Amino acid sequence: MLANLAILAQEAAEEGITNTGLAALTYGIAALGPGIGIGYLVGQSVQAMARQPEAAGMVRTTMFLGIAFVEALALIGFVVFFLGQA
Amino acid sequence: MSDPLAVPPAGPAPEREVATDMVRRALPVAPVLVVAAALPWGLDGALSAAFAVGVVVANFLLAAFLLETAARLGHGAVMGAALFGYVLRLALIGAAVWAVKDLSWVEPLPLGLTLIVTHLGLLLWELRYVSASLAFPGLKPGATKESASR
Repeated sequence: MLANLAILAQEAAEEGITNTGLAALTYGIAALGPGIGIGYLVGQSVQAMARQPEAAGMVRTTMFLGIAFVEALALIGFVVFFLGQA
Repeated sequence: MSDPLAVPPAGPAPEREVATDMVRRALPVAPVLVVAAALPWGLDGALSAAFAVGVVVANFLLAAFLLETAARLGHGAVMGAALFGYVLRLALIGAAVWAVKDLSWVEPLPLGLTLIVTHLGLLLWELRYVSASLAFPGLKPGATKESASR
């Protein structure tokens, strides 16, 4: 995996891809995981609310916090991208 | 038979309560973060940290507003609001940071660090409160006997 990344970085350097382009690509990949996570989280929460409407308040509270936690991953990706730019 | 995805979730909207709780907690924390950023980076660091706290607070409030509004429409709307809201809020955070990144008072490191620390710190703080009040509703501040027994 690391060797593949090194080869990718070398190819990028040879083809003149800038650090900005690589940082943007990294950020895009970093945003994918949380997107999948939020999709799964909200899907399960909606299912839980549909099955047990009386627990909707509790489910929505934990869903909101879960979304925010997953979003922190994307935020970290963005900050790394931003600091890579600076 | 009605479409289950079009049925609004029952019960009160907790998102706004959680988000305003986090904003209330951010008020005493913000000066601490600003001072902490001002020590190594000076006034520029303090302004950058204050901006980051503002971005995080606005992000939480917008997330709560989107989910609460969608919840009134139905389960399908919650799904859409969560996923498109995620993309929208990331784009807005990116645009907000991008808009100021070249200004003279912006220090990238305190701005980035404060974004992450504030987001995670407020979440963990709220999580402690929420997990305690979900496990022991009677201990929730302001809880009545009736709401505790629910």
